[in-house]
Amino acid sequence: MFSGWLTAAVFLPMVGALLIATVVRGDRNVRYFAGAVSLAELALSIVIFIKFDLGNSAFQLVDKAENWIPFESFRVQYFLGVDGLSAPLVLLTGLLGMAAVFASWGIKHRVREYFVWLLLLQTAVMGVFVSLDFLLFFIFWELELLPMFFLISIWGSGRREYSAMKFLIFTFLGSAFMLVGILALFFSTGTFDMTELPDKIAAARVAGELIVPVGMIFTLLIIAFAVKLPVWPLHTWLPDAHTDAPTAVSVMLAGVLLKMGGYGMIRISAGMFPEVIVDAAFAIGLFGVINVLYGALVTLRQTDLKRLIAFSSISHMGFVLIGISSVAGVAGVVSPVGLSGAALQMFTHGTIAGLMFLVVGLMYEKAHTRYIPDLGGLATRMPVIAAVFLLTGLASLGLPGTSGFVSEILVFLGAFPVYSWLTGAAAFGIVITAGYILWMIQRTLFGPAKERFDSIRDATVLEMVPLLVLVVAIIAVGIYPAFISDAFTLGVDPIVQAIQAAQDQTLLVLR
Amino acid sequence: MTSHDIYLLSPEISVAALAVIVLLLDLVVVRKGYLAAIAIIGLAVPLGLSLSLWFSGLDGAASVDNDGILATTLAVDKFSLYFKFLLLAMTAIVLLVSSDYVRRFARFQGEYYALILFALSGMMLLSSTTELITLYIALELTALPIAALAAFLRDGRSSESGLKFLILSGVSSALLLYGMVLVYGFTGTTVLSEIATRIAEIPLSGEEPFGAYALALGSILIIVGFGFKITAFPFQMWAPDVYEGAPTPVTAFLSVASKAAGFSVVLRVFYEAFPLDALSIEWSALFAILAALSMSVGNLVAIPQTNIKRMLAYSTVAHAGYIMVGLAAAASRTASDQPAFGPSGVLFYLGGYALMNLAAFSAVIAISNRIESDRIQDFAGMGRRAPFPAAVLAFAMVSLTGVPPTVGFMAKIYIFGSAVNSDLAWLAVVGGINSVVSAYYYIRVIKVMYLSEPVSDEPVSSGLTVRLAMLATILGVLILGIYPRPLLEFARSAAEILF
Repeated sequence: MFSGWLTAAVFLPMVGALLIATVVRGDRNVRYFAGAVSLAELALSIVIFIKFDLGNSAFQLVDKAENWIPFESFRVQYFLGVDGLSAPLVLLTGLLGMAAVFASWGIKHRVREYFVWLLLLQTAVMGVFVSLDFLLFFIFWELELLPMFFLISIWGSGRREYSAMKFLIFTFLGSAFMLVGILALFFSTGTFDMTELPDKIAAARVAGELIVPVGMIFTLLIIAFAVKLPVWPLHTWLPDAHTDAPTAVSVMLAGVLLKMGGYGMIRISAGMFPEVIVDAAFAIGLFGVINVLYGALVTLRQTDLKRLIAFSSISHMGFVLIGISSVAGVAGVVSPVGLSGAALQMFTHGTIAGLMFLVVGLMYEKAHTRYIPDLGGLATRMPVIAAVFLLTGLASLGLPGTSGFVSEILVFLGAFPVYSWLTGAAAFGIVITAGYILWMIQRTLFGPAKERFDSIRDATVLEMVPLLVLVVAIIAVGIYPAFISDAFTLGVDPIVQAIQAAQDQTLLVLR
Repeated sequence: MTSHDIYLLSPEISVAALAVIVLLLDLVVVRKGYLAAIAIIGLAVPLGLSLSLWFSGLDGAASVDNDGILATTLAVDKFSLYFKFLLLAMTAIVLLVSSDYVRRFARFQGEYYALILFALSGMMLLSSTTELITLYIALELTALPIAALAAFLRDGRSSESGLKFLILSGVSSALLLYGMVLVYGFTGTTVLSEIATRIAEIPLSGEEPFGAYALALGSILIIVGFGFKITAFPFQMWAPDVYEGAPTPVTAFLSVASKAAGFSVVLRVFYEAFPLDALSIEWSALFAILAALSMSVGNLVAIPQTNIKRMLAYSTVAHAGYIMVGLAAAASRTASDQPAFGPSGVLFYLGGYALMNLAAFSAVIAISNRIESDRIQDFAGMGRRAPFPAAVLAFAMVSLTGVPPTVGFMAKIYIFGSAVNSDLAWLAVVGGINSVVSAYYYIRVIKVMYLSEPVSDEPVSSGLTVRLAMLATILGVLILGIYPRPLLEFARSAAEILF
């Protein structure tokens, strides 16, 4: 089976990067070429999303080459495919990849290398979302390390080398655990195929063939995802990386890289270990609440705009955890609402945080500061940027009509019946969010206009393109969420059913 | 000695003959550059002979029919031939990178090439031996030329390096010999396969307490002896000084070829003389602990190093640890119904390691030859001053860290996989954490080359032969990183002999 669409989507940026590294000459040409590649990639991801059949819960657009690496019985395949869970994330990657390239127009230093790494990063992320072979998934997961390291350490600001190394070490440590988990799964079941693994793990569990206790494998894997999401207390790399990264890299980091963690948790931790995830659900929910509240409280104290958004990302990613925790179910009945809310939260946060970093990047470029007390009164000087910033702020705090509202309400609807206390506590996070968002907007955009900002200009047309695309995405999902959430519902359905089946089994045993 | 015996030994004989030819030609050839060319091209002869041996009646796990005078001392099987191919390839690369470097000792170029070839013949012989005395002789044949080579620069550091190597390899040989004597005294034979049958025959119970202890002591002394050769903890302390002082191509040779030969013997001795059922559990635990310590010590001590050769020395200690993970896995039973692939993991890792380490050393030679410094901080800005060597070194570092798409990643997966499969998941976790630690110092080299400001903007050029070596090794690293199948199948068919 080989439809080719996904292979094209994964490797188009890489081919573009190779051409930039070898053929394309001149900074200007490199920029235009990278822009063209990213637009083609966006088009490709839109086509994939449209071609994706919402009536079919199987993996689609499959590209499969068996026996890519045959280590004796170690059969590694080249296996790509999308289902409802990954198709929207492919679209998200295409959107933010385009936004990131256009946000990099102002890069003047080592332009060629910059776009090579940025495009390679996009290949890695796209690969993670569409890989259906566990080892291939892991390869893409690791492939993202070096581009990020270089992008932060060469084009970053502040303590960039420290932050880049911190990012690298944290992520690499997580993936070291994940590798052992993957290998343990392989030797227990004899396959890396992610479509076969759920059944085979269940079978191996019944037959007692797991060579490492299932809880251990689950833990090894979830650590890697928790670092990436990031879950408190493994989050400390994120504010540093965000603060010191160039704008486009922050966009990619907040927009899609964090989603790799959430995607892994839903696809692998929940999808492959239906029994364990139920046992772990309370802990996951608890960490979710800590993330939400801790992230929100720390955000209140931030004075650097990028750091502020970084901490608010931690807070928002907590909702993904709370959504996942809802799979514990009430009285043995599991509802898919919480899980699809968690998935939708990933998409919406991707667009919202991505857009926020874009706007902050523009403000920084024009006002030359991200220090909040120095800003103020920007609304009169740059009305378009201010309007977009206001809109994302409102979406971020979950205003109805924006995508943030839809995903958060789904998470609450799903999780409240299960863990009402936890969810209630998390709802308090929304209040704090409203506080810091409004306070931030008030301090930066409004208030008396400052003289030193008299000469700054609003966004140029080129700068507006990515802004508008993301604004459309946010509002479209806010008004007509089914456009994305139908896919997610389709994607989480098999996972929820498996968990339900596992629940029924336990209840049966208890009786 | 029949002609068949000579045919079996022909690769080693031709390498030794090549060494003599180079020595003799040195007397008449004026332009010494030709000597390197002759040595490299001459390697085609042993390569061709090894190929013909590989295809002559080797089907499956069988070895070439050998009932001559060498019958019990030598085995020409796929396992030994794998190592011969590997060693020949490594030597070719080392000779390629040497040709620029040898100008430093203009008067002794012929001797330099000849000594490398002599050491090579010893290593090739080592991979074939199946008897303790032959093994010892082959070991000495490799150690003595290397000691001379290490001291070749004839300055203080280099002499220290040569002397240290000589003394410590003497000590390790003595320990090894003592272990062999104990094993011989207990079993009455020096042939590996016979040792195994004797051990199986004699009860290892309390009736003969002395015998059992003597055997245990003997085999532990053998491990210690090999521990020196493969730079495993706690026998690694000679490596940094020797590596730093020796001429860099010799360091490269030592770090890959010597290690490969050492592991070939360890695998053979422990598979043939002390098989799984006799003493398996202790072996696995012992190797596992040594592996964990080698990795951790090697990686932690590599972090503060400022000299790139010393850093690479400690990194070889760490990699010896990774390879020993495969040994530990090979020595234990598998936890699942998958076949054990510890041995083929070791072979594959050695092949991949040779490629990435030689790539790193070639690039280091290309750069440090021109800037006359081995300090990591002097590599600042090489990304601009020497784009190609810097890129090669960067990829080699990435591969040594074990990040895709490089052969180091595939090798690591394979070797950690064998550990998980053998119920040694904890060892794989230790290995994983160690690769994170190693990332810190490997990536630092990349950081210095691409992020630090250069001291001058003068481009650093490199010779044609060094560039050729870099190209060959780095292509190997990348191609096998994406499509490792050829080397994997090769390693697998070579490892079959051990089952």
